[in-house]
Amino acid sequence: MFSNFLIWFVIVPVLMLIGLGLCRNSSMKAIRTVMVVGSTILLAMSLWLCVDFLAQRAAGAADEMLFTGSWMWYEPLNIHLAVGVDGISVLMLILSSVIVFAGTFASWKIDPLPKNFFLWFTLLSTGVFGFFISIDMFTMFMFYEVALIPMYLLIGVWGTGRKEYSAMKLTLMLMGGSAFLMLGLFGIYWHSSADPNSLTWNILEISNNAAIDPGWQNYLFCLTFVGFGVLGAMFPFHTWSPDGHACAPTAVSMLHAGVLMKLGGYGCFRIAIFLLPQAANELAWFFIILTGISIVYGAFSACVQTDLKYINAYSSVSHCGMVLFAILMLNTTAMTGAILQMLSHGLMTALFFALIGMIYGRTHTRDIRQMGGLMKIMPYLGVCYMIAGFASLGLPGLSGFVAEMTIFFGSFEHADTFHRVFVIAATCSIVITAVYILRVVGKLLLGPVQDEHHLKLTDATWFERVATITLIVCIAAIGCFPNWINETIQHSFTPIIEVINQAANSGAMASVM
Amino acid sequence: MELTMLWYLVPSVIMFICGVYGFITRHNLIAILLSLELMLNAADLNFVVFNRFLFPGAMEGMFFTLFSIGIAAAETAIAVAIVVNIYRAIGNTDINEIKKMRF
Amino acid sequence: MEMTLPILILAIPITMFLILGIGGVYMSKKMAGVLGILGMGVTMCIAYYVALTYFFSGDPAFIDAQGLRLQVPVFDWLWLAFTNALQVKLGFLLDPISAMMLIVITTISFMVHLYSWGYMEGEKGFQRFYAFLSLFSFSMLGLVVATNIFQMYIFWELVGVSSYLLIGFYYKLPSAVSASKKAFIVTRFADLGFLIGILILSFYCKTFDFIPITNDPTSVLASTGGATFMGASVLTWALVLIFVGGMGKSAMMPLHIWLPDAMEGPTPVSALIHAATMVVAGVYLVARMFPLYLIEEASLLFVTCVGAITAFYAAVVACCQIDIKRVLAFSTISQIAFMMVALGVARPELHDGFGYMASMFHLFTHAMFKALLFLGAGALIHAVHSNDYTAMGGLRKYMPITHWTFLIGCLAIAGIWPFSGFFSKDEMLAAMFANHWFWGAWMTMVAGLTAFYMFRLYYLIFWWEENPHYKEHKPHDAPWQMSLPLIILAAVSCVAGFIPFGEFVTWNRMPYHIHIELPVAATSLTVAILAIALATVMYRKKNPIPSRLKAAMPGLWQAAHRRFYWDEIYMFITHKIIFNIICKSIAWFDRHVIDATMDGFAKITQKTSFAIRGMQSGSIQTYIVWYFLGAVLLAGITWICIF
Repeated sequence: MFSNFLIWFVIVPVLMLIGLGLCRNSSMKAIRTVMVVGSTILLAMSLWLCVDFLAQRAAGAADEMLFTGSWMWYEPLNIHLAVGVDGISVLMLILSSVIVFAGTFASWKIDPLPKNFFLWFTLLSTGVFGFFISIDMFTMFMFYEVALIPMYLLIGVWGTGRKEYSAMKLTLMLMGGSAFLMLGLFGIYWHSSADPNSLTWNILEISNNAAIDPGWQNYLFCLTFVGFGVLGAMFPFHTWSPDGHACAPTAVSMLHAGVLMKLGGYGCFRIAIFLLPQAANELAWFFIILTGISIVYGAFSACVQTDLKYINAYSSVSHCGMVLFAILMLNTTAMTGAILQMLSHGLMTALFFALIGMIYGRTHTRDIRQMGGLMKIMPYLGVCYMIAGFASLGLPGLSGFVAEMTIFFGSFEHADTFHRVFVIAATCSIVITAVYILRVVGKLLLGPVQDEHHLKLTDATWFERVATITLIVCIAAIGCFPNWINETIQHSFTPIIEVINQAANSGAMASVM
Repeated sequence: MELTMLWYLVPSVIMFICGVYGFITRHNLIAILLSLELMLNAADLNFVVFNRFLFPGAMEGMFFTLFSIGIAAAETAIAVAIVVNIYRAIGNTDINEIKKMRF
Repeated sequence: MEMTLPILILAIPITMFLILGIGGVYMSKKMAGVLGILGMGVTMCIAYYVALTYFFSGDPAFIDAQGLRLQVPVFDWLWLAFTNALQVKLGFLLDPISAMMLIVITTISFMVHLYSWGYMEGEKGFQRFYAFLSLFSFSMLGLVVATNIFQMYIFWELVGVSSYLLIGFYYKLPSAVSASKKAFIVTRFADLGFLIGILILSFYCKTFDFIPITNDPTSVLASTGGATFMGASVLTWALVLIFVGGMGKSAMMPLHIWLPDAMEGPTPVSALIHAATMVVAGVYLVARMFPLYLIEEASLLFVTCVGAITAFYAAVVACCQIDIKRVLAFSTISQIAFMMVALGVARPELHDGFGYMASMFHLFTHAMFKALLFLGAGALIHAVHSNDYTAMGGLRKYMPITHWTFLIGCLAIAGIWPFSGFFSKDEMLAAMFANHWFWGAWMTMVAGLTAFYMFRLYYLIFWWEENPHYKEHKPHDAPWQMSLPLIILAAVSCVAGFIPFGEFVTWNRMPYHIHIELPVAATSLTVAILAIALATVMYRKKNPIPSRLKAAMPGLWQAAHRRFYWDEIYMFITHKIIFNIICKSIAWFDRHVIDATMDGFAKITQKTSFAIRGMQSGSIQTYIVWYFLGAVLLAGITWICIF
């Protein structure tokens, strides 16, 4: 079992948990050492995984998933701890480890109870890593829950503002999503095979078995898509996002917007679309409407907010809407765009929230009306904020542009009016994004200094620089050299597109007969 | 006049209903405990009677009654102990005073 | 041509940007300035070498036996593959217009780099300024050498952002911040059109590359399969939408509102970006796609109309501005519109489509003399510390170099022989007359207005009456770093007209022999001279005619001065309607409807549990009652069920 490389992505965080548990409460140094060493190891592992993965692919490994392994966990229900990765999971693992790494540095001076904070933080990352390596629906779901629950405490204890309310709201809404999801997953399990003795949770096995009954597919698709969509901030289930992000501590916002919201998109894609292709073909239109609304609606809402975190939370609604929107286009290009958008949004939103946390730590306000001219006072943070803003509004050379363009060009492959209208509506969001980003940049960073007390503030410290530079380098790397990502993930879509096309054909056949 | 089952069951029912009535209406914990015993004994009586009349060849009913008497004794001991503790804590044994555990 | 040199043209500016942007804070101002100028100088030399080799070497790789100049993709690297067919490449396309643009951009950029050394001396953020200039040069060069429309879009966005950064260079000034924001958002809005245009075009063509699209436009038309939308063919829609992107960057009506405000940036920036290079990107875009526009005449007609309206509008407004940079900005808009009209009227059957050649020719000459005028304006502003002509007057004695060079610029833009503007404008007017007399007449009128407002500006700055402030603070000519570019550009403006431009740049890349159309030339020259004479009468010496004229038609003057209220209209739409009505109501809806629903679920749950918690009374006796009632009920039900 330990010879499988992937399982170490869960073991390392667990070791970190043990290490943290052994630290004394007051020993900041020991806690930081454990966190930095652990997150660096994770980062190195994910990069190595990517290199190894590409090497194996280049050597001709054509399996859908590589590094697979499966160990029985609970026999009566045939639950396994099954792991395996394709290109998408590899990228998601890199994203998670980058953000955990940056998040560690961003919460360098967390107060109070640093040990407990990092314990929960690491538990959350355990869930995230576990989710991305699993190919067994049950363990996937389990890790999903492991990632959600620590959120409650992290926001409730270390948050700011109306933290109890927000923590409760976020947890309850996501748990509501989980309830749908659980029903959906159980449904898929019961229909996973024609033979009642060989029911399975394994995604690959289910996709190889005979297709699920179309009538059931529709119900299950709605359940799973909505279940994951809640986490992906799909309209109208997005309202946990503004409140939750606004009250969460910096690193938690980073991890939540950066990685946790990606769990939604990834899940929709891996389970809802892949296992229920026929329903996906049939019902995509409905969810395209919802996600299309998300995109434009989130962007418009962001224009009038005055709290920095609310602006970014609404912009996340818009950008994550774009992810689900692209997934629903059901073609390779748009789905590639969705993955790129997940990476891009993860990195730049993490950067945004890190910077907001740093600015808030200095000015003690997040209201843009009370700040101004910060560029002069803290040029480093100002420049980073501008870079994050430009990434968000889609400046070429940064990641947002590549992702959005791939989505638009992929979505435009559908020639019917319905799709066209929604694609064009989605493209409008690039203008609205520019409006709210420049509004914030203009008010917050440029112009005269609003508050004289701010003149005494200092620029970034070294650990803040580590956090921001890590993220900026990744954003620029994706933006300048996007094609290697395309190459990493291009094989991953083949099976999905195949089942979708098959389903579309069989649907057409059925309607003809 | 033959003593049919009814002769035993009717007093048992009366006893049981007395127990219920007492359980519901009394405020003193000790009295409630007594009522509880009354109900228990009514049930025991039924066991014996049914065993005697319906299954004369078997002894399960008798044994069960003995078992039940034993349990009832233990239960009473615990209950009295609780009552004594409650009395020490709040100074009386009125059931209306003990509502701390509700919602 | 081997790859190294063309790559350097792009690599040097971006490297400079990174060096100055990241390391700028650690180096002295002088060091940064020298590095920037040196980098641009080397880039300019290489660009000249590349362009001149392309035009003059006679290498069969560049020109074939019939004299046809070839389009040479020097390199073309895969950057991002959307699908197997739709691939974005980053490359370097060498053809007549891109070679010509290389010369224009590097020349002006180098002049501006040099000029800024004097102009920006002592400014805070000197290093940042040079970094942004390098970024802009990189983006603009990348734009013109684009091998495909998507690469063009990429650099199109990058020039937009460098323009944003440079307009907002004085970021502590609220006016500069809002001007930069406005410029970015307006052009972004236009870019949306561009993007949708690309989406449509690439959907049908299955390629982004210019060479297959422009060399075989009929197959593009065929690939659309005659699809139409709202009465116009899909291709027309695509081309018009792409042109909308060009309208944004080139400040055509009604997307012109950002350019006058962009004058908040430092003057060298205005000269480089908002006069000579970036704003002609729209013209360049249409020129690049010209063969495609040709097969959809409706789209060319659209270009012509937009250009004609804008040219007239901007010329009228320019007559009534006080800020000298605004006058120049409106004159830029008007001149670019001129180029648009010239492109729009070009047809292959009319003298081999020489409108196209004329448009490019004017682009070239205009870049030189407009940069000259802006840099001259910069020298004036540097001397009197104000943007308004009311603070100037009678400056010719104090600033002779600026005076003479500015006069050359004015003569060139007015179209007086033998200055460069005469030749290019004459060709354009001839092309317009050749298409339809209306366009010719209309644009001749605009040319007259141009001569008038430019000389109005000239006289008000250098003649009129001396400003009393000069006694306290005597204005003088600028230092050599600033004067040298003025002299060079003035010299270029004097002689550029004699370049046989048609030999190099034509729409079909075959040589075309320019000949002056005498009737057209005579008319336009007469009109220009009359307009200059009128300006001389009105503004040479202080006299009451202008104020009397103003008093005679106050409404018109006010409207023109306020630019016919376009800004107010936009303000109303963006702030009142979009921001206050749409955005706020959506935000309200989110908080009070959607979020309230979600909170409502929680509230309902809470209320229900409060309502039923009374049953948990804590009284055992109550429980027992319920228990017995329940037991009896159950017994009753069982009884009924059994019997």
